[in-house]
Amino acid sequence: MKKILELKNIHKSFPGVLALQGVDFSLNEGEIHALMGENGAGKSTLIKVLTGVYTKDEGEIILDGNEVHIKSPQDAQRMGISTVYQEITLCPNLSVAENMYIGRNEELIQNWKKMNEGAEKILQSLDIPAKATQQLASCSIAVQQMVAIARAVDMECKVLILDEPTSSLDEQEVEKLFKLMRDLKQRGVGIIFVTHFLDQVYEVCDKITVLRDGKLVGEYAIADLPRVELVSKMLGKELDDLSDIKDKETKDEKKDDSEVLFETSGLASDQGIKPFDFYIKKGEVNGFTGLLGSGRSECVRAIFGADKVISGTVRKNGTEIKINKPIDAMKNGIAYLPEDRKIDGIIGDLSVKDNIILALQVMKGFFKPFTKAEAYKFADEYIKLLSIKTASADTPIKSLSGGNQQKCIIARWLLTHPEYLILDEPTRGIDVGTKVDIQKLVLKLASEGMSITFISSETDEMLRTCSRLVVMRDRKVVGELTGDELNQTMIMNTIAGGENDAEK
Amino acid sequence: MMQKNKFQISNIFRNQIFIPLAALILLALFNLIMDPSFFKITMGQNAAGNPVLSGYLITILDYGSELAILAIGMTLVTAASGGQDISVGAGIAITGSVILRMLCGRNSRPDELQMPIICAFLIAVLAGMLAGAFNGLLVSWFKIQPMVATLILFTAGRSIAAWINNNELPIVSEPSFGYYGNFIPGIPIPTPFFIAVAVMIVTALLLKFTNLGLYVQAVGINAKSSRLNGLNPTFIKFLTFVLLGVCVAVAGLIKVSRLSTINYSVVAKDIEMDAILAVALGGNSLSGGKFNMTASIIGAYVIQFLTTTLYKFNVKSTALPAYKAIVVILLVVFSAPVVREFISTKWKQLRSTDKIAKEVA
Repeated sequence: MKKILELKNIHKSFPGVLALQGVDFSLNEGEIHALMGENGAGKSTLIKVLTGVYTKDEGEIILDGNEVHIKSPQDAQRMGISTVYQEITLCPNLSVAENMYIGRNEELIQNWKKMNEGAEKILQSLDIPAKATQQLASCSIAVQQMVAIARAVDMECKVLILDEPTSSLDEQEVEKLFKLMRDLKQRGVGIIFVTHFLDQVYEVCDKITVLRDGKLVGEYAIADLPRVELVSKMLGKELDDLSDIKDKETKDEKKDDSEVLFETSGLASDQGIKPFDFYIKKGEVNGFTGLLGSGRSECVRAIFGADKVISGTVRKNGTEIKINKPIDAMKNGIAYLPEDRKIDGIIGDLSVKDNIILALQVMKGFFKPFTKAEAYKFADEYIKLLSIKTASADTPIKSLSGGNQQKCIIARWLLTHPEYLILDEPTRGIDVGTKVDIQKLVLKLASEGMSITFISSETDEMLRTCSRLVVMRDRKVVGELTGDELNQTMIMNTIAGGENDAEK
Repeated sequence: MMQKNKFQISNIFRNQIFIPLAALILLALFNLIMDPSFFKITMGQNAAGNPVLSGYLITILDYGSELAILAIGMTLVTAASGGQDISVGAGIAITGSVILRMLCGRNSRPDELQMPIICAFLIAVLAGMLAGAFNGLLVSWFKIQPMVATLILFTAGRSIAAWINNNELPIVSEPSFGYYGNFIPGIPIPTPFFIAVAVMIVTALLLKFTNLGLYVQAVGINAKSSRLNGLNPTFIKFLTFVLLGVCVAVAGLIKVSRLSTINYSVVAKDIEMDAILAVALGGNSLSGGKFNMTASIIGAYVIQFLTTTLYKFNVKSTALPAYKAIVVILLVVFSAPVVREFISTKWKQLRSTDKIAKEVA
């Protein structure tokens, strides 16, 4: 097979970050090649270097045997490298044909008839169920995605990059997309497929390249890389040195006899998670684990009422409760620290004080504001308790460091004295010292009887804190690990699924 | 809103109230130099033979007050929704028309009032809230951009106002109706000022004894995060529009009381722009978030100060907006956070070089 694209020793750095360090990558004609890695592994940086959004610091890009310099996305397109992004980047209010030809006509006058005929022909040849004159917005997301691919294909692309094209599609739509990908493969197009879904990789890809922390881990043929090894390579834990990090065994034993505090059955939200059952006992720390996009956050958001719940029930101490919106959950003693601190957590321009008292204030009610003295008392108490580094309680929260912002949000929820605290990635993007502080705090709160769900991308952290782990894959709960099963190997096996592969 | 920390001159520049106050002082100085008679206040008698104060300052106090009332509501709307209501002028026409309809009934020249003025006013408040609720619903529920949503009433409002009175122009002959927009016998200060003070006190109490300020700012800064803290951003945005509706009704009462009648196409024309400018001049971000009510209120009087100054210098009413625009550009640029930060740093540098110079000496 002929190599159509080769990247050699690519380096790219941003101020303070080495995003790519000597990454190699190669793509053959008629090959579907998965690019895998956890968040921050450098996948998107590599894609952006390849499509001319970023320029590389060092390294070579060889396309069809010639070295090329890609300076802009237009350059990349002209050379035959097309990209379809996760979010549709077409114009929904234009017709399918217009979307396929927009920006490509060099002449002054547009021949509409010719354009529509051309579009129709491509749609038919790729078996895409859309009409050329149909408005794009009236097509399903999958079809829109396919139109984007059709546009790319028609521009005589040799390399097609699909950046998480399946994340908003349902199973049947994914199937259609895969069929299209296989068709293109037959025609000799090289496809780079970026996704978080392991099943999809094993269904459609020929090769896998794994990146981690901006470095190349390796390139593997799909048959040579069992799922569990793929996961271990992505997470950076070799199977051999996964000696159990088990510590005090007392941790889960004494919790067994305490009663179940919250329990869900068949809970599902409009964010595409499969209905799941879940419970948490008093004083227990448990966690949701799984790769990015596996539905960890969506599960806890459903419990908190942050997303629209479409089915299932939540029971507290055995009696059913209604949670339609966050305030319902808060009144039932649930607190939720969201995954994305900047978008969902902080109220940037408000002071540290206002950010800390907000949740409790909302619970107390519109007509009962805290007096200034009370508010400052609360704020100062928690600033001291969590050692939040801030100039004063009146400093806008946005001028604090990430770790201290996170502490403020934790303070906000601790102030409501919840029975059940959900921490969704509380340690992401904050310094090591604060991370340890937060882990210690979690264990301390649990020993005082608070139930806590702790979600983290770092398995070590979860193993240190949780006594029970719910494992998710592709938006389904696929397993639950307790006691002796709590070790890296088991977690990876369960995340990877496909037990037969794992035993190889 | 001064903080507890040490008083420093450089902090004044950062304080939000600085800009409208500086503009006020600048305008006052300009007038003082050009023609000190601007500040002359004389005691005279009005047509009814009551003692009244007159002069440019009194005019500012009078007309600035209706603007201040609108600026209060506009500040809340701006903070919560990150957009502005451009239908307040049309809203004044509607609420004013409702008051006249209630007072006059079917007969447009009644000999006596059909109901007490307070009742007519309360019904107008309901009408104002209804108009506000309509705007609020479009903005909060249907997520239409505020300017576009309020464009509907901006366009249709004056026709609705005319329709309420069958396109007639009712005239209220009862002299006590004129008190609200002019003078109460025996009190030489224009009544709108007292009404504005009352609205300000109610607003201050509302901000002190409820969480309105905190909620509105939280929603304006980060609606998503506010929702996760148990707030209902949709309702809070809606609420601010309803509150603005109340302010509009109060301004409507003043407007129709001034003349005891109404001119549907002219009453409170372009007042929405002045109200929005008052908010901007107060240093409040027009894209929502934190707000400072005091600054907006001062902003309203400054805008009126400017208008009156221009009238005083015989600027033709057609040319007025152009002059206003120039001054407003300057004011708004100077109230931009970037510029204020720059001035503040420059000032600090100046002081430190000053100090060094002294030490060297």
